[in-house]
Amino acid sequence: MSLVAATGALELGFAYALLAFGIYISFRILNIPDLTVDGSFVLGAAVSAVLTGSGHPVPGIAVAALAGCAAGCVTAIQQTKFGIPPILAGILTMTGLYSINLLVMSGKANVPMLGKTNVFSLLEKAADIRYSKLVILFFVVLLVFLFYNYFFKTQLGLSIRATGDNEAMVRASSIDTDMAKIIGFGLSNATVAVSGALVAQMQQSADINMGAGMIVIGLASLIIGDAILKNKTVFRGLLSVIIGSVVYRFLIALILTTSLPPSFLKLISALVVAVAISLPNLRVKTGFSRLRIREGE
Amino acid sequence: MKKLISVVMTTVLGVTLLAGCSPKQEQPQQPVEQPPKKITVGILQPMDHTSLNQIRDTVIAEIEAMGLGDQIEIDYKNANGDPSTMVSIASQFIGNNVGLIVPIGTNAAQTVAAATKDIPIVFAAVSYPVDAGLVTDLKKTDGNITGVTNAIAIDEIFNLAKTLTPDASKFGFVYNTGEVNAVSSIDRAKEYCDAHGLEYVDAVITNTGELQQTAQSLAGKVHAIFTPNDNMVASAMPVLAGEGIKAKLPVYVGADSMVKDGGFASVGIDYTILGKQVAQMVERILIDGEKISDNPVEVVAEYAKLINKTTADAIGVPVPEELLKEFIILE
Repeated sequence: MSLVAATGALELGFAYALLAFGIYISFRILNIPDLTVDGSFVLGAAVSAVLTGSGHPVPGIAVAALAGCAAGCVTAIQQTKFGIPPILAGILTMTGLYSINLLVMSGKANVPMLGKTNVFSLLEKAADIRYSKLVILFFVVLLVFLFYNYFFKTQLGLSIRATGDNEAMVRASSIDTDMAKIIGFGLSNATVAVSGALVAQMQQSADINMGAGMIVIGLASLIIGDAILKNKTVFRGLLSVIIGSVVYRFLIALILTTSLPPSFLKLISALVVAVAISLPNLRVKTGFSRLRIREGE
Repeated sequence: MKKLISVVMTTVLGVTLLAGCSPKQEQPQQPVEQPPKKITVGILQPMDHTSLNQIRDTVIAEIEAMGLGDQIEIDYKNANGDPSTMVSIASQFIGNNVGLIVPIGTNAAQTVAAATKDIPIVFAAVSYPVDAGLVTDLKKTDGNITGVTNAIAIDEIFNLAKTLTPDASKFGFVYNTGEVNAVSSIDRAKEYCDAHGLEYVDAVITNTGELQQTAQSLAGKVHAIFTPNDNMVASAMPVLAGEGIKAKLPVYVGADSMVKDGGFASVGIDYTILGKQVAQMVERILIDGEKISDNPVEVVAEYAKLINKTTADAIGVPVPEELLKEFIILE
């Protein structure tokens, strides 16, 4: 693998680590699969592209986060206040977001911002740094990591975690689980939207179809991370998400360097992820076999 | 023990990563022994699709046919429909120092353009390169990008419609709102209709499953249907063609393949011609050393003119004698 390809994989790994953070919050902490992300990722990209186009790349990312947060809240309100099953609520928001995203992009399926000033070129201009993408993405990921690591130890953060663990118990302690879910989903989708916003500025274009399969990519990162680093604490969990996302990108970059037929890319990615997922199972099995030996003694 | 295994597994994973790195680093040393050094052309295709595959196959075959097989090596990569993989492929091309990149389609071209300002790029099948932000003007290619567009001949299609079905004054536009090429084509079709006093209604889809109902909704409301070179409509063209026949509506289309799939008539893009033009441009820039700035964006040299006779008979539209010579008539 060349240096450029490795740097590229690292950049993508960090950019999509934010997406994986978002999915970590809904899927692991709140224990609810959230399909909103396929839409909120594009929403973030669309908002950031439109604002970058009009010369506001940094506010573009902040507004993207707010928009994503709103999308997440909509999904959570559907679940909590209207009793719509979680998966369906996610699908509904994601479906509706398709139109909203087109609206944001003024009816265009693709918003280019080639040659426009973005956050990366801003840093390049300000501080003559060669790896501006890597630097910015690393610090954003670090910042989000530190924030969530702190947040999920606060009273509010703990009540969100508890809601995911045992809703009935939390409700019995007179904590508003609905509010916990709404805040959790809001944060989750805000993070996903920031991921989309940064990816759009990195690729210098936003496209209505760029969110397809994001949930799968995020879950793959989560599970690979899980296989590498057991995530019992939030700190380790968040760390494993970053590792998972970077490893996933390196795996794709590696597969691309092979001379296998390009049409096999998906199959090989699937196999690689399957192997990564089965690692913890292998561990359990070896654990069992050790037990049996002990019993035999 | 568990910890040990986890450490081992992690190491294995890490080592496989590194192992993957090392052979690639060694590889460039091996071909050095062979005297004629080939220049690599990276082809980036976003997904598998009839038209896109046709372009790719033609470009590869044409480079071979021009006798450049011993000078050019093709590195073809397909993102399998995953936009984030396109970025990985682009950085791999750049890292491998390819001599030129051929991205197929708008998104691929944008991804590559964002990734490199140095390596020459010859795009294939970007309908509206100015809208896509790739070039500032079709005639002015002052960056590292040029290529061949597949903008469809809106005027010619509507002229054809006027000849074949002179009474049609209200068109139904069937297209996918998520496809930039299709939406841009429709915008131009609307401009044309506004200028020529034709009416139109939008009938949009966001996935192929919606096509049947959308097409049915047009029955009795319009005199004819127009669909541009829309990949989504193209992939479910028999559905639209069937509904057109049921409602006795002529379906004018933007690509030759769509006439083959039952569409009524087209002055459309022949992707084989487009692919050949791309290959020739690659030769001029890479082998002859011409500058990008001397190679403005090209339009497809020749359009495919087709009429589907079976469909014509089914909807009861006669095909005039003079068109029989000029057009390819499909039975």
